[in-house]
Amino acid sequence: MSTPTVEHSLDEAAFHEHFDATIAADRRIEPRDWMPEGYRRTLIRQIAQHAHSEIIGMQPEGDWLLAAPSLRRKAILLAKVQDEAGHGMYLYSAAETLGADRADLTDKLIERKQKYSSIFNYATLTYADVGVIGWLVDGAAICNQVPLCRSSYGPYARAMIRICKEESFHQRQGYELLMTMMRGTPAQRAMVQDAVDRWWWPSLMMFGPPDDDSPNSAQSMAWGIKRHSNDELRQRFVDMTVPQAEFLGVTLPDPELRLDPETGHHRFGAIDWDEFKRVISGDGPANAERIARRRAARDDNAWVTEAATAYATKHAARKHSA
Amino acid sequence: MSTDVTAEGGHGAVPTGPEVPVEATPAASRRDWPLYEVFVRGKRGINHVHVGSLHAADDEMAVHAARDLYTRRNEGVSIWVVQAADITASSPDEKDPMFAPSGDKVYRHPTFYEIPENVPHM
Amino acid sequence: MAHEETVYEALDHASGGDGHWAFGTGFDEPLAGVDTTVPEGIDPADLGEYCLMLGDDALVLAQQLTRWVTAAPELEEEVAVANVALDLLGQARLLLARAGSVGVLGRAREQATESIPDEDALAYFRDPDEYRNTGLVEAPNGDFARTMVRLLAAATVRLAVFARLRDSRDPVLAAIAAKGVNELAYHRDHAARWVLRLGDGTEESHRRAQAGVDTVWPLLDDVCTATDLEVRLTAAGVAVDPADVRDEVSDVLTQVLERATLTAPDWPAAAPPRGRRGEHTPELAELLTDLQGLARQHPAATW
Repeated sequence: MSTPTVEHSLDEAAFHEHFDATIAADRRIEPRDWMPEGYRRTLIRQIAQHAHSEIIGMQPEGDWLLAAPSLRRKAILLAKVQDEAGHGMYLYSAAETLGADRADLTDKLIERKQKYSSIFNYATLTYADVGVIGWLVDGAAICNQVPLCRSSYGPYARAMIRICKEESFHQRQGYELLMTMMRGTPAQRAMVQDAVDRWWWPSLMMFGPPDDDSPNSAQSMAWGIKRHSNDELRQRFVDMTVPQAEFLGVTLPDPELRLDPETGHHRFGAIDWDEFKRVISGDGPANAERIARRRAARDDNAWVTEAATAYATKHAARKHSA
Repeated sequence: MSTDVTAEGGHGAVPTGPEVPVEATPAASRRDWPLYEVFVRGKRGINHVHVGSLHAADDEMAVHAARDLYTRRNEGVSIWVVQAADITASSPDEKDPMFAPSGDKVYRHPTFYEIPENVPHM
Repeated sequence: MAHEETVYEALDHASGGDGHWAFGTGFDEPLAGVDTTVPEGIDPADLGEYCLMLGDDALVLAQQLTRWVTAAPELEEEVAVANVALDLLGQARLLLARAGSVGVLGRAREQATESIPDEDALAYFRDPDEYRNTGLVEAPNGDFARTMVRLLAAATVRLAVFARLRDSRDPVLAAIAAKGVNELAYHRDHAARWVLRLGDGTEESHRRAQAGVDTVWPLLDDVCTATDLEVRLTAAGVAVDPADVRDEVSDVLTQVLERATLTAPDWPAAAPPRGRRGEHTPELAELLTDLQGLARQHPAATW
């Protein structure tokens, strides 16, 4: 495309002004729009990490696919894990509109140059974990994600709309499994409580560090990439979850958890951020295993991808010469 | 400094700070399959709309994968796929001087951003 | 803002709500609301056993394919393979429920408590010798090429059988077959396309695809041999004699392999049925240990 030189000579400040005005009017930025480099980079990083989280997030639950204790639960779980692959793909798609390349992002994940949500580095020890992941982890994800449906970047916001629809469905499925187990045998009830004990704190950590220790948040909020602070979202999640826990009949493992009648919000105990940092920097129970699985999927099957490319090339050439 | 972490990755907290040590890996320069854009007509009477993209080695594979991913194989749905590279675009903002002076493809920014690994906060 | 979301809303409305996006509704009771009366002149015990044969093939193959989820060559393929596995799982549930509805539960009911539905009693509380699947589906996946060759063979046989079963005198079986035919046509097509790509792809993929064919072909020796029960039920207009689909299956497979530049070995000499009579390899026992372990630890639990 021939680009008039006058456009090149336009002051970048003018583009920036237009961009800022679009953001200020709460309108969407679309792929071909001019955008500041920082905005593009931040988005690629955020969307890629989100996509990686979906793909890695298939594993903790996927570990129960072969052993799901009823055929109905197996079908539900398989469909859910499949949805997560779909979410990852929608998100990689959105990142590609910014000039990223999915194969390259996958390489970065496998080489540990990009991260994913630390929650998926915990192992799933019993089948109750599948339910608790649906209830708490997907629940926390929904709190994080619903505001992203209004993200300033159009393709990301649109991907999030579909993802949120499916996530809320997953959360209800997880909760339904837990309700069924709580109506079951004493062993099943004990499994549920044990899973809640193990996943509660990591779920709270999913919202990230306290606002006063979250240096990038302010810029992301200003750009409309992020809509609420970590602490706001965490509080919303706790307030939403406490009554659900009561209804279910489980105890959340926090002796300090109580309703503050003045604010109407639940106060909760201190989060162990040291653990969080250990897990996120690679020292969690399952980090190595999670990455190894993706590496194997890529490397052991590289010949399949190559074969399909070779076949497509051959047949395109034949079609052409025919 | 401490690991810089933010909850920006929708699924939860993700670190943005100093990278964990990267072990030496063989170069994995496998090229991906081409990118296809997917358009779906949900039912008779409405237009095909763009729903997203996927990677496929050829057109047939793209249609199949689109059916699997974007319609969950819902019968009676019509799907178009087209290689992203084959789309020529005109944008409503085209004549707008504020329009980015780069790229003639709708869905892809032509520049790939290779970012040095030790830039902080990446 | 609202305008930007309308395309998704339009799609959503078009498909009748959230169920379209969240695949996973409708997983309850496989035969809910279906009249399960057995038509006169059909032996319920035979019918139930026959449903186990077809149901076990689907269940075992679904379990095998599930192993590719989180391990497939591309994300697109993980979604595709999960779709195939979900279809097969759905077929298995219907068929096992049909077996249960006519009282064919074997020793399973002695171990599973009453609260466990028939389909799960049969899936989780039968031992290997009570499983009726063929050896074709219980052999290990191998690499992606062998997995696709096996899927091609299994889907081709099953499609040919199901197409005929649509006329079964048992209306429930006929309905299950009618639903399954569309699914199986898709599975066969998916596998066939992969066999073409791999056979006619690179040198390595060709070698692996041929090795897959050479490993899978001998497993076809008993898939087209009828048991006495199948012969009886075929005479009664309920079942399909697998010998009747042999030529069709062989034609389809040969055509695909030819186009894929692969060599089709001779069709193996017909062997007496093994899996259909409960004779299995140690691989099935391993597969069932994965499948059944948790459910058997909690025989009184509902999930």
